Amino acid sequence: MKKTLMTICALALSLAGGAALAQETVKIGVINAYSGQFADPAAQLDAGIKLYMQIHGDAVAGKKIEIIRKDVGGIAPDVAKRLAEELVVREGVDILAGNLLTPNALAVGAVSEEAEKFMVVMNAATSIIIKKSPYMARTSLTAAQLNHAFGEWVADNGVKEVYTMVTDYGPGIGSGAAFEAAFVAKGGKVVGADRTPVVNPDFSPFVQRIADAKPEALYAWVPGGTQPPALGKALAERGVTPANTKIYAQGELTDDAALEAMGDVALGIVTAYHYNVHRDTPLNNEFVAAFKAANDGRDPDIYAIGAYDGMHLIYEALKKTNGDASGPALIAAAKGMAWESPRGPMSIDPETRDVVQTVWIREVQKLDGKPANVIIDQVDNAKDPTH
Amino acid sequence: MDPHLWLKRKGRISPYEVVFWPIVLVLPFWLFPTYLSLSSQIAITALFCISLDLILGYAGIISLGHAAFFGIGAYAAGLLSAHGWGEPLSGLAFAAVVAAFAGWIVSFMIVRVQHLALLMITLGLGFLLVELANSLGSFTGGADGLQGIDTWKLLGVWKFSFWGKTAYAYSLAVLFILFLVCRRIVRSPFGLTLEAIRENPDRTTALGAPNRAHLQKIFTLSAGIAGIAGALLAQTTETVSLESLGFQRSAEIAIMLILGGTGRLYGAILGAIIFMVARDQLAGMNPQYWYFWIGLLLMIVVLFMPRGILGGLERLAALGRRR
Repeated sequence: MKKTLMTICALALSLAGGAALAQETVKIGVINAYSGQFADPAAQLDAGIKLYMQIHGDAVAGKKIEIIRKDVGGIAPDVAKRLAEELVVREGVDILAGNLLTPNALAVGAVSEEAEKFMVVMNAATSIIIKKSPYMARTSLTAAQLNHAFGEWVADNGVKEVYTMVTDYGPGIGSGAAFEAAFVAKGGKVVGADRTPVVNPDFSPFVQRIADAKPEALYAWVPGGTQPPALGKALAERGVTPANTKIYAQGELTDDAALEAMGDVALGIVTAYHYNVHRDTPLNNEFVAAFKAANDGRDPDIYAIGAYDGMHLIYEALKKTNGDASGPALIAAAKGMAWESPRGPMSIDPETRDVVQTVWIREVQKLDGKPANVIIDQVDNAKDPTH
Repeated sequence: MDPHLWLKRKGRISPYEVVFWPIVLVLPFWLFPTYLSLSSQIAITALFCISLDLILGYAGIISLGHAAFFGIGAYAAGLLSAHGWGEPLSGLAFAAVVAAFAGWIVSFMIVRVQHLALLMITLGLGFLLVELANSLGSFTGGADGLQGIDTWKLLGVWKFSFWGKTAYAYSLAVLFILFLVCRRIVRSPFGLTLEAIRENPDRTTALGAPNRAHLQKIFTLSAGIAGIAGALLAQTTETVSLESLGFQRSAEIAIMLILGGTGRLYGAILGAIIFMVARDQLAGMNPQYWYFWIGLLLMIVVLFMPRGILGGLERLAALGRRR
């Protein structure tokens, strides 16, 4: 037993020695789910950070930027909180970044508040996170922001009745509720509401109910990954297609992989999203090309853009404070900051510190013989309605 | 030999123990003050591991769902705090009672089955509780985790800060006290009977030992201790999520226990220390692929020391003596 403890000592000592403080460095602790079931989005997020530093260099305002990565291994707020504490106490980080998942971001927020460290939420999309620390800003999206804007847009475009079907867990329920509230406030009516299970759902019975109800429009929310193509297939099989029912959803439903799986049945589906890989602007094209070159031809997704803009916010805030990396200075600099991102114009709300951005309304249309998301409208300066 | 004398000798404090506890008390505070948060979570995991050792190592009840009680304790303490009572010690007591009660209910089912059926039942229990906590979102916070936990100062004096001093002192003290309790129990006639039931239940029945009642007692106690461990985590981190009930946590402590060695209490503590320190260090070196090294470590230990690290050391010591 003594021997084991000695080994542990030696191990820990060698590490503590390596973490000696260097002068003129700004340390950014990135807490991310590098291993486990969220490893893929985590890799995208990390690639976004890397790409920004590759393009803009690893020095800003006379300070060298150093990234310290910590793996939280999935949803584990207790681990996330400990890692944040260790980053502050042991590694002496100035900024807490990453924050892929909501429960973890909430836990890290408590450390940010207590230690007065600037924190950037690069993905987690639940509205309440931002209230956890006065030193926190967000560069991703909130589910309420997206779906509130979308609900109003759908009502404004003449839809009177909608049937909603969302995944039965936090993000799905929250998104659905935001959509419904905005839609109803504009005079729309919810004629049916259904919830699908989180894991391995069989959509056929749910879609059959929709087919029987024959609603004017359907609002669907499913998490990205394997579910969008499965839902798309079920909708096509039961004849619930844009030809007879308008279909509205958040952008995940028609991402590239899902579109490929769905084929022509996806034509006419309308989705709302804050980032379009294929939006044809010089800034976005440049970003996508650089990202692809650095990641074996993979397209960037919302995780990558959230991290890329998160790094932009950190760099610009540091420029404004002349390298002062204290929490109060950085959040003061970040408040109200506005910039042109590859996703479009965006800013940090000076009051709520949350992200303000354009919500793009896209319709699946045939482009060069293949279904693609084509922007048909936009909602500018969309804010989270719950703040 | 007189059985009472034999028991007494078995319960004697060994010099290793006298060395061990001061080391774990002093070392983190003195040498690694920046590792106190980790140390605190190791102490909590060790306590949880001990609770599993009581049923797995001593009574032979295999469980892949022991996190259910850990999570129940965590939610009990967390909910109590979120509803305005953040005093840590009474929170612990409350969590212990709730988890032990849940354990007592479940124990009626547990003692009726063995082996594979036991695995399925404990596994299913874990899944059920996760789904329950998820569907009671307005009460438990659902997938976002329970919000609003605020742990008051310990004994009204020490604040829980991000330096982790209070957290570690608190967790270690609770671990030590409960360890002494467990040590006393497993070295009592009751503990010996449990081992006998584990080895040969038919025989203990023939001898007149109430198998089921004994197993229910130890299972209830184990659930209570698991609940205390969960409550400690909830209080020191001020977070509780669905994952505290989850399969991964159940599986991980089983791994730690097997790594350290079952049926000797210290195996549980050592397993937790080695597993968590290794994970922390490996994940620090390579955040993406550290699982590879953990897997390798486990395979090596199990191949060369099938009875865990402590079991292996014991065998080495015995070999040395024979020569």
